[in-house]
Amino acid sequence: MNQTQIEFRNVSFRYADDQPWVLKDVSFTIRSDQSVAIIGHNGSGKSTIAKLINGLLFPDEGEIIVHGTSVNENTIWDVRKKVGMVFQNPDNQFVGTTVRDDVAFGLENRGIERIDMIQRIDSSLAAVRMKDYLLHEPHRLSGGQKQRVAIAGVLAIRPDVIILDEATAMLDPKGRQEILTTVNEVKQNHPLNLITITHDLNEIISADRVIVMNDGEVWLETKPRDLFTKEEALQSIGLDVPFSAKLANELKRLNIELERTPLDQKELLDALWTYHLKT
Amino acid sequence: MASSLIIGQYVPSQSMIHRLDPRTKMIIIFLFVVFVFFANNFMSYGWLTLFAAFTALSTKIRLRYIAKGLTPVWFLIVFTFFLHLFVTHEGDILFRIIGFPIYSGAIAQGIQISIRFFLLILFTSMLTLTTTPIEITDAIETLLNPLKRFRFPVHELALMMSISLRFIPTLMQEAEKISKAQASRGVDFKTGPIKDRIQAVVPLLVPLFVSAFKRAEELAMAMEARGYQGGEGRTKLRALAIERIDWYAFIIFTFVLTGLFILRQ
Amino acid sequence: MDISFKNVSHTYQPNSPFEYTALNDLSFSIDRGSYVAIVGHTGSGKSTLIQHLNGLLKPTSGQVKMGDFTLAPDEKTSNIKMLRKQVGIVFQYPEHQLFEETIEKDIAFGPKNFGATDDEIQERIPKVMQAVQLSEDLLDRSPFDLSGGQMRRVAIAGVLAMNPRVLVLDEPTAGLDPKGQKEMMDMFYSLHESEDLTTILVTHSMEDALEYADHVIILENGKKFMEGNPEDIFVQKEKLQQVQLDIPEKIAFLKAFEERFSRDMPYVHSDMKQLAKTIQSVVKGDEIDG
Repeated sequence: MNQTQIEFRNVSFRYADDQPWVLKDVSFTIRSDQSVAIIGHNGSGKSTIAKLINGLLFPDEGEIIVHGTSVNENTIWDVRKKVGMVFQNPDNQFVGTTVRDDVAFGLENRGIERIDMIQRIDSSLAAVRMKDYLLHEPHRLSGGQKQRVAIAGVLAIRPDVIILDEATAMLDPKGRQEILTTVNEVKQNHPLNLITITHDLNEIISADRVIVMNDGEVWLETKPRDLFTKEEALQSIGLDVPFSAKLANELKRLNIELERTPLDQKELLDALWTYHLKT
Repeated sequence: MASSLIIGQYVPSQSMIHRLDPRTKMIIIFLFVVFVFFANNFMSYGWLTLFAAFTALSTKIRLRYIAKGLTPVWFLIVFTFFLHLFVTHEGDILFRIIGFPIYSGAIAQGIQISIRFFLLILFTSMLTLTTTPIEITDAIETLLNPLKRFRFPVHELALMMSISLRFIPTLMQEAEKISKAQASRGVDFKTGPIKDRIQAVVPLLVPLFVSAFKRAEELAMAMEARGYQGGEGRTKLRALAIERIDWYAFIIFTFVLTGLFILRQ
Repeated sequence: MDISFKNVSHTYQPNSPFEYTALNDLSFSIDRGSYVAIVGHTGSGKSTLIQHLNGLLKPTSGQVKMGDFTLAPDEKTSNIKMLRKQVGIVFQYPEHQLFEETIEKDIAFGPKNFGATDDEIQERIPKVMQAVQLSEDLLDRSPFDLSGGQMRRVAIAGVLAMNPRVLVLDEPTAGLDPKGQKEMMDMFYSLHESEDLTTILVTHSMEDALEYADHVIILENGKKFMEGNPEDIFVQKEKLQQVQLDIPEKIAFLKAFEERFSRDMPYVHSDMKQLAKTIQSVVKGDEIDG
């Protein structure tokens, strides 16, 4: 089998026949060794992609292949074993009455033995640094903590693919930072295919590849660094670039050409320093 | 955050009573409720009160807090006492209140019935004070398990109960938020004629239902994404186990019951 | 209206195991017509604070003055409805408060409760629709048919239609995409200017606080941690870090730049273009300040 893990072949989708298309003829492939960000303004169809990948919705046209399996009514339970998802609203995916019960939920559904379950709950909560909250109830947790529990719930079932579907959109900056740190740590310790769906350009910096959605179509597929040079085009579709890229683009207009578009402030400073030494 | 419902609300602690298996607690409380009616003199009532006091102290919850939880029923207890005072005509007439004769038996009866009432409420509230709702759900699920044979949907019922428990605080917070938003738009929930106050509920209920449906939809989707396909082939993390401490509880309770039957007339 | 908090504390569920002090001896004052940002972590007391602004909550000790209205523990505040009419609060995710069949009715709901006549309401509706940049063609539609961003605008229009003198904004851009966020903040700023409002913005975004506010109050654990001009507050990196708050990106960059280039780079309110020019002159080695 080839490396290609997730493939969209000319996928179109709408919620009903009399409604506008949410996705129009979308095709792309996501390789298993890459982490990919899917971005777009609200309503661009980016979250629909996530739901199609694990069979919560089915395409009206085209085909979706996950790990060599075509997603349809008969294969969804196999696909869902491979794909773990974290949704946007921290409250509406927390099923258990305590942290421990919530992480257990996915394991119980898969008929995992109790002994194994306890061990997996411990290790996945440790991975998201929530082990001290084992018996906490959801309404006593912050949004960021709830989302970390949701990530632990996904890790516990050991999927090949993790989709974060705007998992930080409803969090405060502290919660958002918690999730980004958690995800980076998890990525280092578990080999997995990460798909981040977001409209926050700061979150795509560590992605290998970015798929930009606009009005239900793939607008661009590129690398984060290349994307950040397209400030005006991005703004025209409701997105923006991070501060350092913005400043770099502005400097470019003043004929200060840096060797590459910076992803963060540190890169920008380094590039400016190099430039300074050269002049 | 500011919910003011504290009557019988679970108070976390590591006391012996908290650690008992919820089934043990439910069975003992059930038997207690039955056997309270066997007490028939001051000795036997005193004995049971002693036991109830011992249990209440063992919960390690501040007594003042337990008493506060009982406030709404004090009135009923006092009312019961006076009712018996006036309607019971046994023993000697002790004195008269505004012409009504008060019998010695009436005072005894009134006190005993009030104590009985008080014990019933105190003891049952001890269950909710020391047991999380989810433990109660688990206990109900296991105690009902035999009914599965008759196709009774025990798993679904338990799941429904646990999801409701999970979302009650969330929806209460939400209701509070919405009612504050509407109050800021000039809705008056507290004063005015009844008709207006009923109408004031519409701007609260509509958004609450809209949000509850949205939550339900998203929750169903999340549960499906997490592999939920019904009760078939599911394992369970929560396992209730009767341990040594539960046996001690049963032994102590048997001792209490034996005492009761020795002391009663 | 002028606003002042004098030693305000608020304790939820006093004398119960769930007792919790959300505001602790808080004092500050806000002048009429200013734009104040209230910054702090979740749980720092921000949402308790704003509920004191229109009398949804009363202090458990201390005193709140909103213009001529006084909120104090044992006093019964007269005519709280008049206070609520003048203080419009846009709560977080305000779209959750929509309930009427049509957008028009929902916008009219607040003013009607506060006794505005039908004529007055009909006059205000087009104005507020324009203010939130929604087409009047939508008025007959159900608010639940709209996109999330549009629903939020309708909810905001409903608050504006009350003609408030003070506008309180609780995280008004939460969940919006970058373009939506910018439009929303710009909209509130122009309303602040054109309607001569006193605006109180509760936010996590240091960038927004720096960009729009002329006064900042930083809360931590129900207490006032810092207060002052945004330019003075946000340069105090070490102090802000004590409470795990970041400084705005622009100032963070200037500080890092200062260190690397051993140059003083004081923060001045400027746009990207001007900032780029300043940077240009330094990296190219031109002397700027002689």
